[in-house]
Formats: sequence, structure tokens, C-alpha cells
Amino acid sequence: MAETIDLKLHVWRQKGPSDPGKFEDYSQYAKGISTHASFLEFLDVVNERLVLANQEPIVFDHDCREGICGMCGIVINGEPHGPQKATTTCQLHMRTFRNGEELWVEPWRAAAFPVIRDLSVDRSAFDRIIQAGGYITARAGAAPDANAIPIPKRLADEAMDAATCIGCGACVAACPNASASLFMAAKIGHLNTLPQGQAERDKRTLAMVAQHEREGFGACSNHYLCEAACPKEISVQWIARMNRDLLKAAMTYKPEPQRAGGDG
Amino acid sequence: MLKAEPLPLLATGIGKKAVVAITGLVLYGFVFVHALGNLQVFLGREAIKAYRESLHSFPKALWGARAVLLVCLLTHVTLTIDIAAKARAARTTRYKVSAPIAEQGILQRYARKTMVLSGPILLVYIMFHLAHLTAGVVPGLPFKAGEVYDNLVRGFQNPMVAGLYIVANLLLGLHLYHGGVALFQTLGLRHPQWDAHTRHAAFLVTAVVTATNVIIPTTIAAGLIRQ
Ligand code: HEM
Ligand code: FES
Repeated sequence: MAETIDLKLHVWRQKGPSDPGKFEDYSQYAKGISTHASFLEFLDVVNERLVLANQEPIVFDHDCREGICGMCGIVINGEPHGPQKATTTCQLHMRTFRNGEELWVEPWRAAAFPVIRDLSVDRSAFDRIIQAGGYITARAGAAPDANAIPIPKRLADEAMDAATCIGCGACVAACPNASASLFMAAKIGHLNTLPQGQAERDKRTLAMVAQHEREGFGACSNHYLCEAACPKEISVQWIARMNRDLLKAAMTYKPEPQRAGGDG
Repeated sequence: MLKAEPLPLLATGIGKKAVVAITGLVLYGFVFVHALGNLQVFLGREAIKAYRESLHSFPKALWGARAVLLVCLLTHVTLTIDIAAKARAARTTRYKVSAPIAEQGILQRYARKTMVLSGPILLVYIMFHLAHLTAGVVPGLPFKAGEVYDNLVRGFQNPMVAGLYIVANLLLGLHLYHGGVALFQTLGLRHPQWDAHTRHAAFLVTAVVTATNVIIPTTIAAGLIRQ
């Protein structure tokens, strides 16, 4: 395999949320790219060359560069995080691409994720969904003994599967309805599966679903592209569980009475 | 601080989808029974006429069922249009390259992609179908109230009419296959142990309905059933 490749590179450039934006052809800056570079390192190289040519570098989000923070997120040829399954953009390597391949690089597309600049989008809608979920009732004070709360191994494993969600937003980017169902289902599901999450279970489910609605994400229509795009391979089974939890909560939940507390 | 007020169930996408799934299930039950009933055309003129008359001998039940079906259909359609409009607003830009993203079988891929398309086409078909064989008001197609057999045979001897029914019912097949699997997901009735059975059951019921609805116009148009 060639150690370096040349690419036909088109990158989405957009000055700000209200700028219409357009693709720019950067093929001249995408030659001689090491196949060992990650996709973000490739963009770093292109940016260095852009700066040398007195042009604005491409803005993109990144942080850990080891697939755990969820900051990176770029659509490459129509696929969130690029063509490799279960891989974040930062963990995607240039050897995935052929010499001379044409790449169209653009941001997540969703009304609820407005573009801040170029490839960087505002994902604070996710933070607000989490925030709407509120607290869990847990005993404060000294650290509890490990295993003080018995949790069957199966449930612990399942909750962990949901908790691997890094909140990158690839599910929204992949969904034809720009629905955040998979994200929301993972976040609701991992707490609803554990004993620690039971006290506020119904309230949390109702509140997070309501916030998802208010943020303007679409509804799930069972295309399942989210599951395929998810770098953590979170299953759409979680969406079915969330649906069940929501339907149950909507039919049985009674708000806490707003009475003053005792004298203590 | 965020106000985390819950929304009424029907103001959430999940609640609306649940109603779409339940009304879809009622319509599913109807098309299944309707298709099996129609098979009696192969038993001859008298058999299917007797079937019609036994249904019409309970006018209250008949009109009750029709009312339920109409309400279900209207609800199903209104909510799916609402959901689709919200989805359009949520995703206004398409990607430059359309990638498949998921590895799905051709049937599954085609069925899920055509839901929004097969729905409205079905609606037009349902109206035509009612005008043709229930009300008998389609110009150019002779109709005699109560003569189910003759109306069917005369209608499908026209290749255009037979073709329309065949295409519409193939689309209905896709719609039912996707819908039959989807409704379990939508209502949260999934479990790894049942999933394969659910898909098989949806496929089987859909296959029976589609095969029946395609075979009837095909055999008549081919001249295998005559007046
Ligand atoms: C014989 C009549 C019909 C039957 C039996 C039927 C059945 C179903 C079922 C079972 C679902 C699955 C619900 C779910 O996603 O969980 C569904 C979905 C759907 N139906 Fe129908 N349907 C019928 C007619 C129509 C018509 C006339 C339309 C016209 C607009 C329509 C549009 C849709 C759409 C768009 C969906 C997908 C919902 C989404 O994408 O979120 N259907 N249908
Ligand atoms: S940069 Fe942290 S997951 Fe990619």
C-alpha cells in the first residue's frame, strides 16, 4: 500500500450560523497525505497548508482524539464519522481511503444543531436534554461500599452498553428525520436500568422526551441508520425500551406534591 | 434553570407514533380479514355473494366497523403527515453524497424508504377502490349493487384497473412489512427473544395479504375467471 495518497478534497466552509456556506475545493492542499494519519491529523495538515497560503484554516471540533469524548464529528461522503463502522472521526485512518478518492466533508446537518462555523456545530441541545433529566436520588456522604447495592450482572452490563454513548450526535446526523432518539434512549436507558435510577424514573423519562421535542429534533420512524452510524454501536433496542418507559410513565406518573418540608 | 415540564403524550413524537402504530394495527387486521374474505371469489359467484349478504345482514355492526376503520385511517394519515412535516423541519439540508450508512436487505431498505410515499399512494388507491367496488361510481366501469362477483370480474377485465390494483397492493405489501415490524418497536414491545418471530410474523401476514390481493386481479385480467 502506498505510504502517501492524494485526495480530491471538498470541504464545507461557512462563516457563521447565518452564512449560507458552500463547498471549497482543497484538492491542491490534500496531496501526499500519510496513510498512517488519522482523519483529524489530515485536516491539521490541510490547515497548516491553508495558513501558509494565507487562508483561513478549517474550523472543526475535537478534543481527546482517542474516541471517548464525542467532540469530533464530521460527515464524510454522506456518512457520519466516515465509512468505517464503530469508529469516531478521530480514530479513522487515511488508509481507509483510496489514492485519488473524492471526499466531500461537511458538518452534521440538523436544525437543532446549528452550524457555528465550517464543520463545527452547536450540540448544546444534548446538554439541555441531559439537564432536563435532573438528578438521581443518591445517598451523599462517605463513598458507599462497593456492592452495597446488589445489581445483577446482566443489568450492569446492559446499563454499561447504554452508558458508552459519548454524545457525539452521529445518530442525529445519520437520521433522515434528524431525531435524537438513540442518544436520548441511551441516556434514559442507562439510568432506568439501574436500581439507583428508579426513584426519578418516570419523571426523568417524561422530562427528557419533552426537552427533545422542544429542541426541534424529529421523531423516530424506524430507519435504524442511527445504530449503523453510532461509533459505540448502541442498539435501537434502547429506543423500544424508551418508548415503553415513556408510554408507561405518561399513563401512571403523578407529580410530587409541592408541600413545604418538615422542620427537620 | 431549565423548566423540565413534561408534555402531554400526544404532543410528543413517541406518543403520536404509538397512535400511528395502534391505528395501523387495526387497519392491518382489516386488510388481513378483507383479503381472506375476497379469496371466496374463487369459490364462485354464489359463495362471495352469500358472504357479502351475511356481512350486510348486520347493518349496525357493518357501519360501526366502517366508522372505526375510517377514524383509524384518518388518524393514521393525519398523524403521519404531522410527523413527516416535523421531520422535514428538523432536517432541512441533505448531504452532498447519499450513502447507504446501514447494511440492510433490499426489502427492508426499500420498505422503510417508501413509507411516506406508499402512504399517500395508498390513500388515493383506497379512495379509488371504494369508488369502484363499494359505491360503484367510477365512470366507464359498469356496476350493479350487490353483484360482487360481476363487479370484480368486469372491473379487472380492464387491464388498467387490474394494473392499478396490482401496483397499489405491492406498495401496500411494502408498507405492511415495514409497519408490521415497526409497530413493535414503536410500542416498545421488543425483546431479543421475540425479534426474529416478530419479523417472520410480519412477513408472513404481509405475504398472505399481498399475494391474495395480487392474485385476484391477475387471474381475472388473464381471463382465468370469467363471468
Ligand atoms: C390499509 C391501510 C394502512 C395500514 C394497514 C397501515 C399500517 C401502518 C403501520 C402498522 C405502520 C407502523 C407504525 C409504526 O411506525 O410503528 C404504518 C406507518 C406509516 N403509515 Fe400506514 N397504514 C395504512 C395506510 C396508510 C396511509 C393511507 C398512509 C398515508 C399517508 C400511511 C402512512 C404511513 C406512514 C408515513 C407511516 C410511517 C410513520 C413514520 O414514518 O413515522 N399509511 N402504517
Ligand atoms: S476527538 Fe474525542 S471522540 Fe474524537
